[in-house]
Amino acid sequence: MSDTKNSLSLGDSPLLSPVQASGPAAVLPEPKDSFTYTKQDFTSDQIVRWCPGCGDYSILAQMQKVMPGICARHKIPRENVVFISGIGCSSRFPYYMNTYGFHSIHGRAPTFATGLKTTRPELQVWVMTGDGDGLSIGGNHLIHALRRNIDLKIVLFNNRIYGLTKGQYSPTSELGKKTKSSPVGTVEQPINPLLIALAAEATFVARTLDTDTKHLQEILERTADHKGSAFVEVYQNCNIFNDGAFESFADIAVRKDKTVILEHGKPIVFGKERNRGIRLRGLKAEVVEFTAGAPPADLLVHDESAEDPTLAYLLTHLNEPEFPVPLGVFRSERRETYDELVQKQIKTAMAKPGAGNLQALIASGDTWTVE
Amino acid sequence: MPLKTEESTSGHKPGSIEEHENVIIRFAGDSGDGMQVTGSMFTHNAALLGNDISTLPDFPAEIRAPAGTLPGVSGFQLNFSSFDIKTPGDAPEVLVAMNPAALKVNLGDLTQGGMIVLNSDAFGGNNLKKAGYAVDPREDNSLAGYQVVQVPVSTLTVLAVKPTGIGQKDAARCKNMFALGLMFWVYDRSMESTMRAIREKFGKKPEIAEANILAMQAGYNYADTVEIVPNQIRVSKAVLPRGTYKMIMGNEATALGFIAASKLSGRPLFYGSYPITPASDILHELSRHKDFGVYTFQAEDEIAAIGAVIGAAFGGALGLTGTSGPGIALKSEALGLAVMTELPLVVVNVQRGGPSTGLPTKTEQADLLQAMFGRNGECPLCIVAPCTPGDCFTMAIEAARIALTHMVPVILLSDGYLANGAEPWSIPRVESLPKISVKFATDPATYKPYKRDPETLARPWASPGTPGLEHRIGGIEKEEVTGNVSYDPENHEKMVKVRAEKVARIANDIPPIEVVGDPQGGDILVIGWGSTYGAIDQAVGRVRRRGGRVSAAHLRYLNPFPNNLGDVLSRFEKVLVPEMNMGQLRLLLRDRYLVNAIGLNKIQGQPFKIKEIEKKIEELL
Ligand code: SF4
Repeated sequence: MSDTKNSLSLGDSPLLSPVQASGPAAVLPEPKDSFTYTKQDFTSDQIVRWCPGCGDYSILAQMQKVMPGICARHKIPRENVVFISGIGCSSRFPYYMNTYGFHSIHGRAPTFATGLKTTRPELQVWVMTGDGDGLSIGGNHLIHALRRNIDLKIVLFNNRIYGLTKGQYSPTSELGKKTKSSPVGTVEQPINPLLIALAAEATFVARTLDTDTKHLQEILERTADHKGSAFVEVYQNCNIFNDGAFESFADIAVRKDKTVILEHGKPIVFGKERNRGIRLRGLKAEVVEFTAGAPPADLLVHDESAEDPTLAYLLTHLNEPEFPVPLGVFRSERRETYDELVQKQIKTAMAKPGAGNLQALIASGDTWTVE
Repeated sequence: MPLKTEESTSGHKPGSIEEHENVIIRFAGDSGDGMQVTGSMFTHNAALLGNDISTLPDFPAEIRAPAGTLPGVSGFQLNFSSFDIKTPGDAPEVLVAMNPAALKVNLGDLTQGGMIVLNSDAFGGNNLKKAGYAVDPREDNSLAGYQVVQVPVSTLTVLAVKPTGIGQKDAARCKNMFALGLMFWVYDRSMESTMRAIREKFGKKPEIAEANILAMQAGYNYADTVEIVPNQIRVSKAVLPRGTYKMIMGNEATALGFIAASKLSGRPLFYGSYPITPASDILHELSRHKDFGVYTFQAEDEIAAIGAVIGAAFGGALGLTGTSGPGIALKSEALGLAVMTELPLVVVNVQRGGPSTGLPTKTEQADLLQAMFGRNGECPLCIVAPCTPGDCFTMAIEAARIALTHMVPVILLSDGYLANGAEPWSIPRVESLPKISVKFATDPATYKPYKRDPETLARPWASPGTPGLEHRIGGIEKEEVTGNVSYDPENHEKMVKVRAEKVARIANDIPPIEVVGDPQGGDILVIGWGSTYGAIDQAVGRVRRRGGRVSAAHLRYLNPFPNNLGDVLSRFEKVLVPEMNMGQLRLLLRDRYLVNAIGLNKIQGQPFKIKEIEKKIEELL
């Protein structure tokens, strides 16, 4: 995915063959050109400090599990992987990954990631954020990272609550929710993270569930494979302050009936018996029942790379109780990334004759000489 | 029409040209009248003719306040001379006023007996009323005591540019060039370089370029024909040290200094910024130099700008951001993170009048304490301040050098006056610039994220992509050496002290402060920082020539202070600190050295006049 050969940036600079003027000769580890990592290689020596039972554990475990495959597929050495986070429970994530990591300040992770990815396009940069971090204090940065289509993998842990500050409502908490800071219920309309991403014309928009480990892994892999801003919402249970927030559809007993897995190019079908589907009546979606194995011809067929995001927009509006909750990739399109465009402009400028002549630059313009 | 060169005396009898050592002109008009252009073009012309120059553009925050009103007046003061001047001058002796409002706003500053050139076309109709004149000032004796020259600038301009066939509106807009032509004749200037500059400026619109040139020539010839002043005035070349010069403005010099620092350190330059007056020109300038591998990032806000810069610095780039006071306020939390993660970056604050939005286009030095203390927790960083527009180049390199070699954020405190002011700049040879050596950690066997250099206490810079050095940093307190998260009380105190000591040790890596005058001591030391340099230097010079035992010293390093500062202060009876604030450096000096520093404080959005400082020195002697 990243190719240091055709990137400028530090790939061509002395950084990758750094000079250490003094001190003992560097003992470099064996070059890993086969990229055969294991889950263990991505597990840091830090004690994980989330509450027992927290959904974050699953996200961490799945990430550590899929990273070896991602590195092998993209021929990325581990040292080229970076996790950047803001503040909140989710943002402790980088400490537990044995990669480069940066635990920054509240809401601003996409900004640090933008500076790093722009100057070091060969790195694979992940942003780990939460509903408070990414959609409240950092909403602005999220929107702008997505609209720029910079090649970042943004994973938003949505637990619909403030965990680290001990239980206040968040921008995704449902209307009327009673919390420490809303004892008689909130009076705020919650925000739909996927709608924000679509409004910013994100090129990859997906949703998954902490407890569906297989699906979570798949989505993380798809996220890594996407070139451009990738946005994933993970429904994550906070068992301390908002336990069971997603139980009504995520519980294994009802999941097949209450969720629908979106699959590109396939009719949108769900249910334990796979006997229900979604179709359009005008501009409105409706659920149709049919005999399993004989779906009606007019079922909605999912197209994640449709020319315009109308379908994705419509799907983000499906919600319980009337509809199943859609999971999967809502949208995936290839558009030139911010970092690619920046590199292109710089490369073009640097290829011009006389480029980079400092003496010529400072002496440019009208000059006069005093003898 | 043939143009006169400087040598020719335009048909006048020899002896009708007076020699002056320097001249201070102020061009003033509506924001839409193009007075900044007129002033810059005269300045540029004077610089190329070998004069020393110093400028003070003074424009309103509104892009176009209602035409003809007092808030819409835009001015440009220029001092050009045959000797070393250092300031745009206290009071103009010539005022070019394009309308009644410009006259009203600026008249008070003009020296008694000075010359006023008025655009008489603008004194009719509503304009007097809009400027708040009940009676025409030309008729009520209020201009007695001045030498008033009335020229129907608008009418003559339109007539002059007629041959080009351009529209009425474009034609009228050339009147600033007519005024420029008038002044070129008065000061017997060659217009050659300005014609070149006009053609370059309007490269894509040759008819507009021609119209501007015609207007300028018409102004020149009109002045000549009617002899608007009895004697032309000539200001000879200044005796500057040998070298090749160009005119430079502070923001431009800052940008060039950063590009130089990038080259000298071998680190790619990443400049993240959000547009803000008066710092945006740094962004504009840097964005033109992608051929140096310069990255510019126009962020969604001030916080994003510094966030991206810290990210780039984590990745091994020379990270830079620029803003003004309100932007620094927004960046404070991220600055704290940079202090905590000990990453190198430079933050430029082009100071303007505050607090809040304050006076966006006016200068002030009131962000020194914000730079020192404006963050939560014990959060020391390095502060440097250039003292002239050209010095912005030098101090930009210094800021980058300190950041990269000490692994510390550095604030470069410029101000609106330096940013937009111009002076002749002796172009340095690249070989003479300081080398900046940057080391990256590469050895997994010895690497620890917070293991320090024993001398500077800098932590190692290990950038993503280096095998075996995978590590995590962040804003939570670090354990010394390992850099792991630590809430240990003893460790916290230790780390707070180490971060402070690291900044303090930068003092071993900067030059001592120099005393101009009597290094051994005397009655008064006038000490300043930043853009007050020129006024202080000139004021002290004047008093010394009269025998006063006064000396000057100027701080370009504000945190840490130079090692010899305490010693220097102790050698003088009195210490005077002129500042464009309520006494911020004075507070720091008093705190650190227990000296009875005396303040001279001006908070008017305008730089000091030489005579204001001179008067205070006389008072204290
Ligand atoms: S507070 Fe909630 S989100 Fe935070 S670690 Fe505990 S369970 Fe997880």
